Amino acid sequence: MRTTHLSTLMLAGSLAAAAPAAAAPVLTVYTYDSFVAEWGPGPTVEEAFEADCGCDLQFVATGDGAALLARLLLEGEATEADVVLGLDTSLTARATASGLFAPRPATDAAFALPVDWTDPTFLPYDWGWFAFVYDKTKIDTVPADFEALAASDLTIVIEDPRSSTPGLGLLLWVKKAYGDRAAEIWQGLADNIVTVTPGWSEAYGLFLEGEADMVLSYTTSPAYHLIAEGDDSKAAAPFAEGHYLQVEVAAKLKSSQNGELADRFLTFMTTEAFQSVIPGTNWMYPAVTPAAGLPKGFETLIRPEKSLLLPQAEAASVRDAALAEWQTALSR
Amino acid sequence: MADRAQPLGAGFRLSAGGAATLVAALTFLPLAAVLARAGGIAMLGPADWAAVRFTLLQSTLSAAISLALAVPVARALARRQFRGRGLLITLLGAPFILPVVVAVMGLLAIFGRGGLVNDALAALGLGRVSIYGLGGVVLAHVFFNLPLAVRLLLQGWLAIPAERFRLAAALGFGPAEVARHLERPMLKALAPGIFATIFLLCLTSFATALILGGGPRATTVELAIYQAFRFDFDLGRAAALASLQLALCAATALAAARFAAPSAFGTGLDRPVARWDARTGTLRALDTGLIAMAALFLLAPLAAVALSGLPRLASLPAPVWAAACRSALVAAASTTLTLALALPMALAVARAGRVRILETVGMLPLATSALVTGTGLFLLLRPMASPADLALPVTVAVNAVMALPFALRSLIPAARDLEAGYGRLAQSLGMRGIARLRLLTVPRLRRPLGFAAGLTAALSMGDLGVIALYADADRATLPLELYRLMGAYRMADAAGAAVLLLGLSLAAFWLLDRGGRANAGA
Repeated sequence: MRTTHLSTLMLAGSLAAAAPAAAAPVLTVYTYDSFVAEWGPGPTVEEAFEADCGCDLQFVATGDGAALLARLLLEGEATEADVVLGLDTSLTARATASGLFAPRPATDAAFALPVDWTDPTFLPYDWGWFAFVYDKTKIDTVPADFEALAASDLTIVIEDPRSSTPGLGLLLWVKKAYGDRAAEIWQGLADNIVTVTPGWSEAYGLFLEGEADMVLSYTTSPAYHLIAEGDDSKAAAPFAEGHYLQVEVAAKLKSSQNGELADRFLTFMTTEAFQSVIPGTNWMYPAVTPAAGLPKGFETLIRPEKSLLLPQAEAASVRDAALAEWQTALSR
Repeated sequence: MADRAQPLGAGFRLSAGGAATLVAALTFLPLAAVLARAGGIAMLGPADWAAVRFTLLQSTLSAAISLALAVPVARALARRQFRGRGLLITLLGAPFILPVVVAVMGLLAIFGRGGLVNDALAALGLGRVSIYGLGGVVLAHVFFNLPLAVRLLLQGWLAIPAERFRLAAALGFGPAEVARHLERPMLKALAPGIFATIFLLCLTSFATALILGGGPRATTVELAIYQAFRFDFDLGRAAALASLQLALCAATALAAARFAAPSAFGTGLDRPVARWDARTGTLRALDTGLIAMAALFLLAPLAAVALSGLPRLASLPAPVWAAACRSALVAAASTTLTLALALPMALAVARAGRVRILETVGMLPLATSALVTGTGLFLLLRPMASPADLALPVTVAVNAVMALPFALRSLIPAARDLEAGYGRLAQSLGMRGIARLRLLTVPRLRRPLGFAAGLTAALSMGDLGVIALYADADRATLPLELYRLMGAYRMADAAGAAVLLLGLSLAAFWLLDRGGRANAGA
């Protein structure tokens, strides 16, 4: 349908001068809400890609990563999306199982991820370590691991794994670090948890309002306060078990009618124009370090020595049991 | 019954029936679409039933406490007159119309671990108390719903004709006799419907219950639906839970309609109400104390929201202002649509006597899950048009239908009194159609219509609703923009946007609700 329309317009193009603009192919990219906000990466990325693709890049935004996948699963092969940008490593197993995605283009980009990335479908574009963030002016002794946190009388606010991707990340973090002892860790943490919120925003808001000493967020969160607000009071606590990773990825839809353009966009995502926007808008580490390095302020962040990440098949298989342990421990 | 049914014109019956059909369609079709996509309904597990039990418990407590507190507060407001009363009544309505996250933040600034109450307790050398748990959930729900209960009851008080109080004074009635002969019959007519409305509102609570409930113990049905959709992608279970919610709603609405007894005060001459019974010093002190306490409880958290956001109001980014304009337009459109649906439905309910079906249909939107409705509509409409293009029309329609139960709650009792008091006269004069609407119905229902319009506009302004499933960057409403700011670390800007939203909602409410603020003289 779209190609017929296009060729008709191209024929007409010689007669009507205004037509070429309308004839540019449209690349539809599904992403999450905060990507397209004025203060997010979306506007800059769109401008940079459209500068030489001869196309119209259109973002369609839906909630967060999990809402994004739910929408794609609902739409199935009838989806209008050419590319999806914004799934994360806790969602890729289900996404792969849906069979909706096509292999990604080969790339020689030098990924700066703490883990080797070999996935044939999903292309990483940014990543971060989960961490508990606190206010340096309010806490004297910072716990060095989950057991120290559980033994302390520090209060924390976390996200619900059932409705939030950071919440799910924490669930997998404890599972990966402690395996069969995970339930015991959660029981220890139960009296530290002030409350569990539906999403990251509410948890972080509660923390900033002083409702808890620490909040589950990212090691990069203090960079926002430092760079955007000139406030150096926030820090992330390094945990000896290592920190669980969240890698955000993009992929091409099998059903896309603009396969080549989609590949071109995915390749563009690994280039300087895209990657240099990420740290100061998404507040995550770019998957490929820009030539000019990371923005000033990022060097003050903790760099965990050990990174944890469950292989996607394993993450999918332990998820339900880990959730049951979490629910039981916190419902006592 | 047959002679009563006579004056219903064909156009009128058509519009009432059409309104009810639209409401039922918007309630059931999305659910059916989700069911069809799921390929069948799933069985509920033990965790789901635990969620149902917790939901019922917190809803019952929240509704009972809200109503019990609202009665003395509404009575105090009804029989006192003081400077700023109208403004106070408008402001007291604010918790009900704020987006949940904003209101919860305000509540925590007062009652939270680092809130004013705990700071005061600590300063006095007493231990800090934790808000998180069942108590916190109920506190928050009372905070949201007390204003609604007070406003609906206040209308009931103001609807007792001045002549009845005059007669009561002539007979030498004291407060106890006034309560027995005038106030209790009015409460019997209104309380079941108000209880049911608040109960159903709390039934679909999700973010409030989770944040203040302190963890997975406070899992509500709506959260279980969320989990089924996003965590498990189990549409069958989501549909099963949503059906259960609807069944609970229908049962509650039917029971409420059954228990509500008509008040039968007859009509009056619309003289200003004078309350000779309430002139003693003790009662005056009691009422003043009650009004002051309610104002403190409801306004302190709002003041916290306003104070934290005001400094950022002027420097809000441009998209926030554009979103505010979009929200105002959505609110105007939803309000028009709600009134067009609610008025014929309320009049039909008032004339239909014992037939409860319309009233029950009108309550259904209260118990629909926003996520199921949004997803179902998405499935239904997607083949026809691009979801982003439909974002605003769908939001208008859903907001209008979601506000309908409140509009009906406000209009039905007044419409019943209207029908009982003027129905025969109007019929004998052959008043029908537009003339009846213009000369009798609208002027007599001015107060509840104004309240319904104000409430719908304010709710629609503050509701996140289904827009999040559809909107792209260029079509965001103010609440969605507020959430986006929060999601990007910009909590200070989000607080500024919350003040803007609060201001817009209150302004819309204030403008439309003028009729509801008629004074009683004491």
